[in-house]
Order: sequence, then C-alpha cells, then structure tokens
Amino acid sequence: MGEHRVSNNIRTLRFHNDEMTQQELAEKVGVTRQTIVAIEKGKYSPSLELAFRMARVFDTPLEEVFSFNDEPKKKK
Amino acid sequence: MYYQEKKSIVNIISTLLIYGIYYWIVYQEYSARSMSHEEELQYWGKTMLLIIPIAIVSKIIVHIIFSVTNQLVTRERQPCFEDERDRIIALTSTRNAFMIFGFGFVGALGAIAYGMPLHSMFIFMIVAGLLSDLFDNLSQLYFHRKGI
Repeated sequence: MGEHRVSNNIRTLRFHNDEMTQQELAEKVGVTRQTIVAIEKGKYSPSLELAFRMARVFDTPLEEVFSFNDEPKKKK
Repeated sequence: MYYQEKKSIVNIISTLLIYGIYYWIVYQEYSARSMSHEEELQYWGKTMLLIIPIAIVSKIIVHIIFSVTNQLVTRERQPCFEDERDRIIALTSTRNAFMIFGFGFVGALGAIAYGMPLHSMFIFMIVAGLLSDLFDNLSQLYFHRKGI
C-alpha cells in the first residue's frame, strides 16, 4: 500500500489516560477497534475529522497525537 | 484474524462454489442441447438473469451461517456499523472490481467483433463477473491486512 508518513503517539497517550483500551477509544471516537489498531500500526491515516476527535478525547493538541514526516524516502 | 478478513475469505470460497456449481450445471445442459441462434440468445439471457437471485439468496444464507458460527466459536460479534476505513476499503475494492469487469466486457465485445461464436461473448461476461467478484473480496482482504 501507499507509504504512510503520518506517525502517532496514540499508544502512549492511551497509556497515560488511565490505560485506556483500544475498544474504549474506538467507542469514544465512533470507529471500530480494527481501525484504531490500523492507525496505531501506521497502516491507515485517519481523516482530519477523526484525528481531531482523537485529540479531543486525549485533551491534547493534534500535533501531539499525530506528526508528519516529510523527509523523502531514501532510495536503496 | 479480524471479522472482516474472515468474511472476505468466506465470500471468496462461497463465490467460487456458487458460480462453479451453477455454471457446471449450465455447461452440461448447454452441451446436451442443440439450439437455434434465437434459442441460444434466450438461453444465455435466462442463464445470466437466473444467477442474480441464486447468488443473492446463497450469499445471504452463507453470511447468516458464517455470522452464527463465528460468534459461537470466537465469541466475536459482527461489527454493527461501518466506519470511514471500512467505507474507503469497500469503495476502493469496488473500483478494482469494476475495472476487472470493464476489461471482461471489452473482451466480450472483442469476441463478437472478431467473429467468435455467440456463446463466447457470454462466457467472457460470466468469467468477468466471477473475476470481478473475486477481485472485490481479495482487494478487501488485502486492504484489511496490509492497510490502505
């Protein structure tokens, strides 16, 4: 699939929020647990709306949840 | 393995079985008959129309059996809604399936244009339908596993 340059700190943020489970986070933002798993693994870049909803759940700025790596991929 | 991945695998197997059995019966019947040009057109038209309700009913039955069995074995419930990722995966897979069917349709027209027998056009379309259905489910399985 396409290379995902959006990384995230969701796992750490969940841990610091009373060890919130993936299922709890999924219910709070209105997606399935599989989507949370895919986002955490970097296999799916969420929509802007979902990203904002996640940031709101963790009560933190969007930049602390997601970061964008714009360095070009090194050629082998 | 997640519910959606298992569902795609079940769909692939059921598609192969449903289409395989149906078209095997159709092929046997077609080989045994001798038909005029008009009868042949009518025969293929009926054959292609009949597969639609057969496939829908069979897939509903397979889906119910799969959901019940999966819940009994894994205690995993069927997701009650589709989120944005599911919708993107479904749309991308449908686009891939339409592309495959499009090639098959052009192939069917090409068969007629190059003077191949009439039944070859229908066979092209049937194979394109089967491949597009399989490709739809394979794409879904791939995107659920590898990401989108």
